[in-house]
Amino acid sequence: MDSIGQGFWDAWGLIISLDPDLYEIIFLSLQVTVSAVIIASVIGLPMGAWLAVNRFWSRRYVIAVLNALMGLPPVVVGLFVYMLLSRAGPLGGFGLLFSPSAMIIAQVIIITPLIASISHQTIRDLWAEYHDLLISMNATRTQRITALLWDGKRALLTATLAGFGRAIGEVGAIMIVGGNIEHATRVLTTAIALETGKGNFAFAMGLGLVLIVLAVIINLLIHIIGKTERASTW
Amino acid sequence: MVSILPLEMKAATASMRGKKLVGPVNFTLETKGFTIVVGPNGAGKTTFLRLMHGLQRCAGGQMNWAVPADEAQQKQAFVFQSPIMMRRSVVDSLAYPLRLRGVGKAEARTQARECAARFGIGPLLESWAPMLSGGEKQKLSLARALIIKPEVLFLDEPCANIDGRATREIETLLKTAQAAGTRIVMSTHDMGQARRLGEDIVFMLKGMVHEHSPAEMFFSTPLTAEAKAFTNGDIVE
Repeated sequence: MDSIGQGFWDAWGLIISLDPDLYEIIFLSLQVTVSAVIIASVIGLPMGAWLAVNRFWSRRYVIAVLNALMGLPPVVVGLFVYMLLSRAGPLGGFGLLFSPSAMIIAQVIIITPLIASISHQTIRDLWAEYHDLLISMNATRTQRITALLWDGKRALLTATLAGFGRAIGEVGAIMIVGGNIEHATRVLTTAIALETGKGNFAFAMGLGLVLIVLAVIINLLIHIIGKTERASTW
Repeated sequence: MVSILPLEMKAATASMRGKKLVGPVNFTLETKGFTIVVGPNGAGKTTFLRLMHGLQRCAGGQMNWAVPADEAQQKQAFVFQSPIMMRRSVVDSLAYPLRLRGVGKAEARTQARECAARFGIGPLLESWAPMLSGGEKQKLSLARALIIKPEVLFLDEPCANIDGRATREIETLLKTAQAAGTRIVMSTHDMGQARRLGEDIVFMLKGMVHEHSPAEMFFSTPLTAEAKAFTNGDIVE
């Protein structure tokens, strides 16, 4: 208990003293995760809607694969991205390895199936409700997908937040492709892993608390901006 | 403007999972009138309307509008028995069919406001559509269908779940729409409503158009024993 209390106290001290190293880590964590969530949402949300609206022979298999990919092991993704971006890899020429960009790429690969799969389930229910209406109105396929994404936007926040939750707490992949380099690719989760490895449990625990509080604040902000959980607009 | 009517159905059938639901139907939807579709539960009224509108695939026979099917689809609208409410405000729900047709957002919202006022839902413009009462939802459905000025309007028992006052308001709106040139085809279980609104009656039984005659004739001298029993309020199966 002393370690937890001390860790919280240390973390609080760093926060109120505006410790530049801590804020750099927090800012980079947010930058990487928010970028990954935006990119994954741009890919995953329309993909989920497209799968809900279209019928094709392999649809069932595509959905099964997508659902399976929700449990993609981050270290395997990290290894895959590492091999892609390493000097000998096919994308090695871009020099992205051990950079925030590499971390974003790894996170996008991890959370896109999650966002696509949850959004597919949400949109599928809404499509069952809207089907006759949109067909009757002669909406084109693109118009149908747009309407479903727009009208399901509050429910789709759940998909986005699930992606955010997975990304902000991810450590395996970004450790491999980012390298946990101080002032370059160190984020909250990799810093926690480092401090734990050094036996500095109190500080690691403090960083963990900061990570949790950060996740809660972001979730609350998104709910407030999205006006969810209000009786007149559920 | 080229009319999409008449609609000619020759031995048209509708099926689901191999089971025939309606047909073979030989029927012509003429250019003018107010057609009421009646019949007992399970007679195929809803499927018949969906077949004409294109929501149900024509499994056999022929269905021909006076213009190509794509063009005909643009000039029809459908009002469902259970109103499908989009998760939007009333004004945005009304503007949506116009937006689909390429009308600009500001213009669509202006037309939506005018339409809402005509249909008596003006004060509800900013309300969340799924939160409306049953009668308000059905008025919104009707307004949403008519805002595109369809040539043919199909209605599947639009007054089944609403009270007498709301039914009267819907009937008044339908008469106004007909006077403005909309061809209306509506199913109902309410014989009083069929008498008040119908110009011709389609009596359906076991998935077939059992009788099609002018309303006056159908209610005074029905051609078949089943139709006579139905108009007398007897159980027909």
